[in-house]
This record gives sequence, structure tokens and C-alpha cells, in this order.
Amino acid sequence: MSIDLHQVTVTYGKGAKRFDAARNVSLSVGAGEAFGLVGESGSGKSTVLRAVAGLIAHAEGRVMLAGAEMGRKRTTAQRKMVQMVFQDPYGSLHPNQTVDQTLSMPIAIHKLGDADRRVSAALEEVGMGPTHRFRYPHQLSGGQRQRIAIARALILEPRILLLDEPTSALDVSVQAEILNLLSRLRRDLGLTLLMVSHDLAVIAHLCDRIAVMNRGEIVETTTADALAAGDVQNPYTQQLLRSNKGFDPSGGDLDLLDAVPIRG
Amino acid sequence: MTATRTGAGPTLRAWLLDPAPASRRQARLGGWFRAWLAFQRNTLGMVGLAIVVLLVVIAAGAPLIADPSTALTQVLEDRLQPSSWAHPFGTDELGRDIMARMAFGARITLTIVLLVSLIVVPIGLAIGLPAGYFGGWIDAVLMRLTDIFLAFPRLILALAFAAALGPGIENAVIAIALTAWPPYARLARAETMTRRRSEFIQAAELQGASHLRIIATQIVPLCLPSVIIRLTLDMAGIILTAAGLGFLGLGAQPPSPEWGAMVSTGRAVLLDQWWVATLPGIAIFITSLGFNLLGDGLRDAASGRG
Repeated sequence: MSIDLHQVTVTYGKGAKRFDAARNVSLSVGAGEAFGLVGESGSGKSTVLRAVAGLIAHAEGRVMLAGAEMGRKRTTAQRKMVQMVFQDPYGSLHPNQTVDQTLSMPIAIHKLGDADRRVSAALEEVGMGPTHRFRYPHQLSGGQRQRIAIARALILEPRILLLDEPTSALDVSVQAEILNLLSRLRRDLGLTLLMVSHDLAVIAHLCDRIAVMNRGEIVETTTADALAAGDVQNPYTQQLLRSNKGFDPSGGDLDLLDAVPIRG
Repeated sequence: MTATRTGAGPTLRAWLLDPAPASRRQARLGGWFRAWLAFQRNTLGMVGLAIVVLLVVIAAGAPLIADPSTALTQVLEDRLQPSSWAHPFGTDELGRDIMARMAFGARITLTIVLLVSLIVVPIGLAIGLPAGYFGGWIDAVLMRLTDIFLAFPRLILALAFAAALGPGIENAVIAIALTAWPPYARLARAETMTRRRSEFIQAAELQGASHLRIIATQIVPLCLPSVIIRLTLDMAGIILTAAGLGFLGLGAQPPSPEWGAMVSTGRAVLLDQWWVATLPGIAIFITSLGFNLLGDGLRDAASGRG
């Protein structure tokens, strides 16, 4: 299912206090594609993601999902198509609800029925077993929580999955697990992914095409390969590349590991 | 290996504390058991719980402790008797057994406490949750309404209500409840506002949950602990206000054995027959203390759990 944004502007406040969190953002993501939005904090990338999700209303422009324009209020069926995985797995799960309760709620909302089977299938899909089903979030690790958040997003069988820095709160080793899980799910389920991150390595791992945002505007749209090769035009993108030192999918920087003596 | 529930002692404990519960019920019971373990470590909280449990037992078993008729029947030749085997706490100015009256008075106190809670918590939540959740003009209207009620001095408004509606326990309850709810509305609003922007609320919105569902299933469970703690700590104040209204003759009416009214009638003979006013006074004091200690214990257990 495709995502098309035409000149989308999101504003906060009115009059002199008006602040454009995102300005004239246009992008197009084809069905089954993985698209990345990079930029530093405050660049408006999360704002764009939330406008696509329908969590914040856009002031101007058009948000189209699968060719249909989204209004200010989404219908239940429209909600089901788009789900999101949040940045902080410690804040995105209700602290007083077990995994089972968290996963059962969307089924109850959409009256899908067969909750028991759906919950265990969703857990299995993200690599968790029945032993985790009745645990509270505080009994799970960060990576496990993020898997539950992914399972919650997928239990409605959405066509579009929005990812808001899904690995930035996790340890590096766990980051790789979650990224691999996401790319497997995308392949198996044919999901359209729209991912936001400030980490070029993470974006490049998952996404084919990448848009760079700065101060609420898209400054350049490029591909993961071009970014890896350093083949970018915009000065801001070049600056971002330099600030993301260590980003090098060819693994050249890994030599550093040999150069730095390990202290016992 | 999961232990079955029939197992005694350590096995039941292991079943409750199992880090990987096998059912919804086991997870919920385990959660409560952990909360109980946290609470149990607080000695003063346990003392408070014991006092409250004792109060409930006395109220429930009042007919076993004393013959109901001795609480109300006047025996004028036995008036103002000191402690004896027949009347361990002595008798009052109309010859009624004070111990029996205090035991039956526990029922009145508990009834007041229960009714006030049943009125105050729903009103407080009904005002505070929408105010915190929706914000904007809904918040402004609901909170100004709350401010108006907060501006009234509690006992004075209760007095005015009791005077306007006529004295009696029911009216005392209504009067206390009408003045006691504003802090709950503010508490519920504050708790809601801190959670409103949480990502799990956004996730629920994204799933298409209605406002009612989000408030009922996501926010209320997070507000309730602090509301219950606040209520327990307020119990002392509620009991004292009820006793105060009774003392002033605006609460429970004679011959009802309400503790405040008992203190009031004993006032005339305080110097010569001290037990008539003092013993119900001690009952009010211990009950208030018990609820306060219980509330403190609950608060410590809740904050310690992280």
C-alpha cells in the first residue's frame, strides 16, 4: 500500500507564535517499499510520521494512503491499515497490563475475534513464546518490549508500518536483532515501511530510499547506496554524513577495533 | 515446571511469584501478591491495616460482642456506672452499655466512610478524567467548577447542608461527600495529564480505541492507586467531620450510637464520669490513626514498587 504526501505542512500555535514543524513535505513511497527519513532532533521527521499515522492533523496539503485522501478524523478501517512502532519501548507499553492484555485490546477494538489464537500467533511472529504472554512490561528486557510493541502493531495486519526510531533506545546487539526482525517481517508480510531515524547506519540497513530533513523541510531525497558512497549533493546531507562518522557499511571502520588495545 | 495452586506454603508462593505466569489469573494474582509483599514490609502500615480490619470485625460481629438491646434500652437506675463486669466500659447518662454502643457505632462510622467513598471517587474521576484528558475549554469549565467547591470551607459547607437538608446520617454523608470530592478531581486530572501524551496512549489511539475506552482501560488503572491512597489518608478527616457533625447535633440523631454524638452527650459529665465521653473519643482517635497509618503504608508500597 502506497504513501503519498503532497505539500504537507504541520503547524503548532497561531499568529505570531505559529511554528511550522514540517513545511511543504512531499514524498511518495510505493507499496512494499522501505523508505527512510533522516535528520537531527527537531528536524520534523517524527512530525511527518505522526501526520501519516493520523496522530496529529496536518494544516495544509494532502496525506494519501493507497490513493485515498485521509481526512482529519480516521475511520476504524483506516486506522487498521497504518500502525506504528514507537521509539521508547519503556514508554510505549502500558505498565500495568500484561503482554496478553496489550495484544488483546486491538483485537477487541476491531472485533476481529479469535483473540487467543491471534495473540499467540503474533507472539510467535516476533520470536516470543507463551512464557512471555502473561508477563508485565517490567518483567521484560528492552528488546523483548520492542518485540511486543512490534507484535501489537502487526496484530491488526496493517499494510503500512511506521517506525519512529525503533532501535535508538536499545543496546547495539539488540538493535541488530530488531532490525533483522523488521526486515524479515517486511519481506514475509509485504509491508510498506516508513522509518524515522537520526542514525544513518540503521536507516541504510532497512531502507532503499532515504529523504533527508532539516528544519521541517526535505532537503534531499537519495538512496541508501548513494548515501553509503557519499554521493550526495546537498551541503546539509554532506554535513550529516560527516557527523555520522563510523557509518560505513563496507566495514572499513571496524579496523578501529584492532587498533584500540583492549585493556584487561 | 509450574506448581499447581493446590500446593501449600512455598509451592503456592512459587506459583504466585512465577516470572512466567501461564494464565491471566495467575499474572493478576501474582501482581497482587507482590504488592502485598511490598506492603507487608511496612510495620506501621500493617498496624494500620490491623486496626481497620479490627474495626470491620467489630462492626460485623457487634451483635456477638453485645446484646443489641443494651445499646439502646434505657436503664435509668444504672446510669453513669463505671467499668464493671456487666458493663466493661461503663454506662452513659441513660444507663445504656457504652461498649455495646461503641460496637454498634463502628457500623455507623464504617457506613459513613463507605458511602462517602462511593460518592466521592466516582464524582472525582468523572470530573477529573475528562478535564485532564481533553484539556481546553472542557478542562477550564470543569476545573472552575472544582475551584468553586474548593473555595468553601469544608465543615462550614457540611454544616450548611446538614442544616438545610435536616440533620441525619444520610444528609451528613451527602454534605461530607459534596465537600470532599474536589481534591480527587484535581488528583485525577493531574494523573491523567501526566499520562495523556504517553506513547501507550498514542498507540491505543492509533489502534482506533475510542476516548471512553482509552480513559477506562488505559488511564483509570493508573489513576486508581493514588486515588485510593488519597482516600485512605482522607478517611481520618471524613470520620472526624462525621463525628464533628454528630457532636454538633447535625449528624446521627439520638438514640443512634454514633461516636461523635456519644462524645457530645458525655461532655456534660466529663469531669466526674470521664469514660462516657473519653471512650468513644478514643475509638475515633484510634480509627483515624489506623486509616492514616494504612494510607501511609499503601503510599510507601506504591512508590517503592517503581
